[in-house]
Amino acid sequence: MSGRTVLVTGVSRDLGRSCARSLASDPSVDRVIGVDVMPPRGDIGDVQFVRADIRNPVIAKVIAREDVDTVVHMSVIATPGSAGARGTMKELNVIGTMQLLAACQKAESLRQLVVKSTTTVYGASNRDPAMFTEDLEPRRPARTGYSKDVAEVEAYVRGFARRRPDVTVTTLRCANVIGPRVVSPVTSYFRLPVIPTVLGFDPRLQFLHEHDLNRVLRHAVGAGIHGTFNIAGDGVLMLSQALRRLQRPGVPLPGIAFGGLGSALRSARTADLSPELVQFLTYGRGVDTSRMRAELGFEPRYSTAEAFDEFASTLPPTGGRTERLLAAVAERLPEVNDDRPPALTLAGGSDG
Amino acid sequence: MGDAEIIPIGTRGRPGRGTGTRPSAAARNLAPKSRSGAAKQTEPTGPTEDAPATAEQPRADQPGRPPAAEKPAAESVIPMLGDDIIPLATAETTPTLTQRLAVTEREAPGGIPVGDLLSAFQVAAREVFGEQWESQLAHFLAFLRRRLTGDYVVDEFGFDPEITEKFFLAAIRPIAQKWFRIEVRGAENIPAEGGALIVSNHSGTVPVDALMTMASVHDHTDRYLRALGADLVFRLPFVGAVARKGGATLACAEDAERMLAGGELVGVWPEGFKGIGKPYSQRYKLQRFGRGGFVSAALRTQVPIIPLSVVGAEEIYPLVGNVPALARLLGVPYIPITPLFPWLGPLGMLPLPSKWLLEFGEPIRTDEYDEGAAEDPMLVFNVTDQVRETIQQTLYTLLMQRQSVFK
Repeated sequence: MSGRTVLVTGVSRDLGRSCARSLASDPSVDRVIGVDVMPPRGDIGDVQFVRADIRNPVIAKVIAREDVDTVVHMSVIATPGSAGARGTMKELNVIGTMQLLAACQKAESLRQLVVKSTTTVYGASNRDPAMFTEDLEPRRPARTGYSKDVAEVEAYVRGFARRRPDVTVTTLRCANVIGPRVVSPVTSYFRLPVIPTVLGFDPRLQFLHEHDLNRVLRHAVGAGIHGTFNIAGDGVLMLSQALRRLQRPGVPLPGIAFGGLGSALRSARTADLSPELVQFLTYGRGVDTSRMRAELGFEPRYSTAEAFDEFASTLPPTGGRTERLLAAVAERLPEVNDDRPPALTLAGGSDG
Repeated sequence: MGDAEIIPIGTRGRPGRGTGTRPSAAARNLAPKSRSGAAKQTEPTGPTEDAPATAEQPRADQPGRPPAAEKPAAESVIPMLGDDIIPLATAETTPTLTQRLAVTEREAPGGIPVGDLLSAFQVAAREVFGEQWESQLAHFLAFLRRRLTGDYVVDEFGFDPEITEKFFLAAIRPIAQKWFRIEVRGAENIPAEGGALIVSNHSGTVPVDALMTMASVHDHTDRYLRALGADLVFRLPFVGAVARKGGATLACAEDAERMLAGGELVGVWPEGFKGIGKPYSQRYKLQRFGRGGFVSAALRTQVPIIPLSVVGAEEIYPLVGNVPALARLLGVPYIPITPLFPWLGPLGMLPLPSKWLLEFGEPIRTDEYDEGAAEDPMLVFNVTDQVRETIQQTLYTLLMQRQSVFK
């Protein structure tokens, strides 16, 4: 299928912009049109930017005029950020998706729809299975913010897939995207100099490297496989383990205080600990990615730990004094080789 | 020098005892004159950096020359210091008075005798870690650093084998062996590899039996028992986090099947809170076995079911009462009242030292049923009953064999 025209929503944000650029560099794609309310913050390369609001029917005209055959919907946002308050965010997410899908339904030329969703849709609770597969529902229906938005967006996407069976609909439920340049509630949480944690809980975390996000979106556009897929790096990290890798001190706070701190940090604009993020940092979540491999045929390049390590390497450590002390002591001791038993050394020491 | 005999300085291998007229051998050796004579013999090895290493040589060559050769051995207890401490070591072996004075002069105003501290540290390290203390300590430090830098792997359920092995099991094992004197029977019924489902009765007010089973299974088969826990476990702070690190996960069909399909040894206590929270008068009477979900999980993954009967756990906290109103308020299944708790406060939380018997029964095979067996409720109920009956009968047999609760 040559001469494809791809429309990407949400290009004013970094992830949308880099995704649009990587799509534009794909030889099988002819043209990439970026759509957003605000102009993108950085260089968008070959991407053609159209300033349009997906919340009003103008978007239908753009799709019809440009003869778009693939729509990549990246405009489901986790945090109001610069857009303003929670109300605006919900508008953008839910009403924006409704309008976009309405426009897509009318567009005869449309062949494929790729939606970037998130694993937040599964929620996080103590009754969760260890690993969510794609056909599991959240144990508690989402009642707040972002996770509710995502659940509604996915419901509209399913409705669209029912009404337009000729369009390939790929929903990608991505784990928390992490990377040196990513700005998201989770990355700003890890960028705090002293990281609050929930006392007595150690959640399991999964991450997806930003490069892998771009790769999977390109892969999904190229492969055109219908379905919903969990996308995450291999393996899990515990929060305690992540903090140690960051070499930043954690401050355990009782659950209630943690929620209160969340709103304090939000008003200070240093981090956004939304209720669903608090839930996530309490109970954690894991998603099963076997369908991503088997059906979508995608293999992430970074494991969860590798993605996190790359993110961590850009942050200066604010703790880790004990570790440095131990490292100094360890230098004076013989090399440890776990494979063979410790070599017999002279008690008097030959190095002294 | 692992085989070096350590002899206190100056006694020449004999306990020092004065006769009253003459100073003791130890005292004589401490005197500067005789000391210089002893030091002269070690002179050839030299007061240089490689002193301890070369001092070893003559000793190995001439094993039949005890007193003189043992001198450097005795001294080498102390060295093995960094380069900065070497002057101190040389001063000890050097006979001249001027150097001796120089040393005292240098040490006295400093206040902190670094060399003494380091040698004390070495003696302590040797006490704790034995002769190979250096490599032992290096291993221990490597472990500490691995934990501190987060450089370890947990599986998708949050299971941390290192911590489980080194802390949890190490803490449970003495309780299992010394306090409850657990006797395990039929451990050969646990397959050495591949998925298997251990189904056990549940009792004891607090799920201590699950912990003891985990430790016993690991001791007898070297496999980790992956427990399936109620959702309450994962709602509680600390308990939930520790449970996940110890290899437990939520008792739901998805997790059970995922673990069994992954070839893990999974433990399940289908009575749940009905089992551990039953009054003492109903001890060893099995409650309803859930909805048989564990059987359908085993049928789907075609793994054997191993019935486990635990005798002894019922008596650790005899449940004689309950406070339902408070339990409802706190959102827990029951608030236990035992003969000791809450009357004795924290002391009442001490479990009674009953004698435990664990008997693993013969595996019940599930791979002979056809594909859709898990969807057949009647079959699932029948297998559930079979497992339950096996455990109940074994419990009665074990109770008859038991001499008394505490013996």
